Amino acid sequence: MPALPLDEAGKYVAGAYVVFVVLIVVYVAIMAAKLQRIERELRELAAFAEARASGDQAAGVREEVGA
Amino acid sequence: MTPTRAAFAAILGKDLRTELRTLQSLPAMALFAVTTFVIFRFGLDRTALSGSLAAGVLWATLLFAAVLGINRLFVSERGEGGFDAIRLAPIDRTALFAAKAAALLVYLLVLELIAVPVFALFFLDSAAALGPLVAVLLLADVGLAATGTLISSMAVNSRARDLLAPLVLLPLVVPLMIAATGASEPLLAAGGPAYDRFGTWLGVLALYDLIFLLVGYAVFDFLLED
Amino acid sequence: MYGKGLRQLSIATVAALAVSLSLVFFYAPLDADQGFIQKIFYLHVPLAIVALLGFIAGGVFAVAHLRSDEGRWDAYSYVSIHMSVIFGVAVLVTGSIWAKASWGHWWVWDEPTLVSFLIVFLMYATYYPFRYAIEDRDRQARYASVFAVTAGAFVPLNFMAVRLAESLVHPRVFATTGGGLPGSMMLTFLLSLTAIGLLWVTLVKFELTAKSASGQLKRLRRALDAPPAGGRPRVAPEVS
Repeated sequence: MPALPLDEAGKYVAGAYVVFVVLIVVYVAIMAAKLQRIERELRELAAFAEARASGDQAAGVREEVGA
Repeated sequence: MTPTRAAFAAILGKDLRTELRTLQSLPAMALFAVTTFVIFRFGLDRTALSGSLAAGVLWATLLFAAVLGINRLFVSERGEGGFDAIRLAPIDRTALFAAKAAALLVYLLVLELIAVPVFALFFLDSAAALGPLVAVLLLADVGLAATGTLISSMAVNSRARDLLAPLVLLPLVVPLMIAATGASEPLLAAGGPAYDRFGTWLGVLALYDLIFLLVGYAVFDFLLED
Repeated sequence: MYGKGLRQLSIATVAALAVSLSLVFFYAPLDADQGFIQKIFYLHVPLAIVALLGFIAGGVFAVAHLRSDEGRWDAYSYVSIHMSVIFGVAVLVTGSIWAKASWGHWWVWDEPTLVSFLIVFLMYATYYPFRYAIEDRDRQARYASVFAVTAGAFVPLNFMAVRLAESLVHPRVFATTGGGLPGSMMLTFLLSLTAIGLLWVTLVKFELTAKSASGQLKRLRRALDAPPAGGRPRVAPEVS
């Protein structure tokens, strides 16, 4: 089996390892996008919950005053 | 006769009688096979086939014709409430799997009864190979029936079921095809049938049949759960 | 809690990968036949072994799911198969590069293990169209588990059949693992295998954690009676 000279062979070996690294990085990037979406939704939900809590408070105060 | 066995016989009988009366699947499968042979004649630009080409053309055609039958296997059960009936009946639900696989086996055998002689007529010099070929056909049909029934029962409950069954089935039957063509190729050799590794390939086919019959038996109950 | 231990696992993975890469390039001797090309072996073969083990794990989780009917086994099975399919892409690409470097062709049918792996990969790639074609969620999970079990039974049978089909004339292209490997190469190989295995586990845990977070978010949203979030309906299994 002819062994390619080091400079030629090196390109293929490097290519294989580059593919490996690229796949990992792409995967991490996709997961990062998912995480961003989760963070955004959590922020929305937190705002919603706070708005509702303060809304209840306001309603509670109005009731007290009214009663 | 136990209730399960009676159910098996009833379902099988119903399917075969329905097919006999309506002739939905079989004529289409046979016609498809013969037409595909003609297409191969022109596609390969050959009037005689032997060895690996013959085995390849024969098995690829049989497989695709089988897919036509597999797509239709559970359609009546889905439409007419056959699945519900089996769920309610106090029997082993695997009777449905066994009956459907047996029906598919019958369809495949009838298909081959028509398609293989036509193949020999079109492409082969002599019919000497047909005798031992029967053993290969039988074993391969059992495996095809087992996996085809399993996949069909799942695909029938999905969208795009005509697409799904062949998609999932094809990789699954690759080992079956390897063994079937491996055994057939020397049989169809130009100089007369040879038996290179014939026993080995028949062994692989038998193993495939055993494994997928067992798998089908083991998982079919879960497929019917509501 | 899926995220528990994820940091330690990641650190261990990075360390293992660093050590094994160092060994591959600074310690392992050059192969007599293939020269520098052989270094791809330390990446390609562990990826393949881990991917196949992952498929088998997917099948085992599927069995657990069918028996217990608990959703988390289905999630484990789904993610295992997902990760192994991704690793499978890496296996096929690195295998192709190795084939090109050794034989001058980007694909060879002579290498039975690579061909078997291609077929297994094609089989598991159908898992997704299959799964998403079934609308009812419970049924989808159950059928997916049946698929994973069937495919698991298929893997050894497939390798055997392809190997038998291999013409005895063509010699194996790639060096055999195990027999004939000098100690230093074996050590490097085992460490690479460990590193890739750890990587698989870490990424699976990572994905399960993300799925779990999404699931908790939905739960929270329901509990708060908040309006549903926009975006396409998720069909992948939820982890709660």
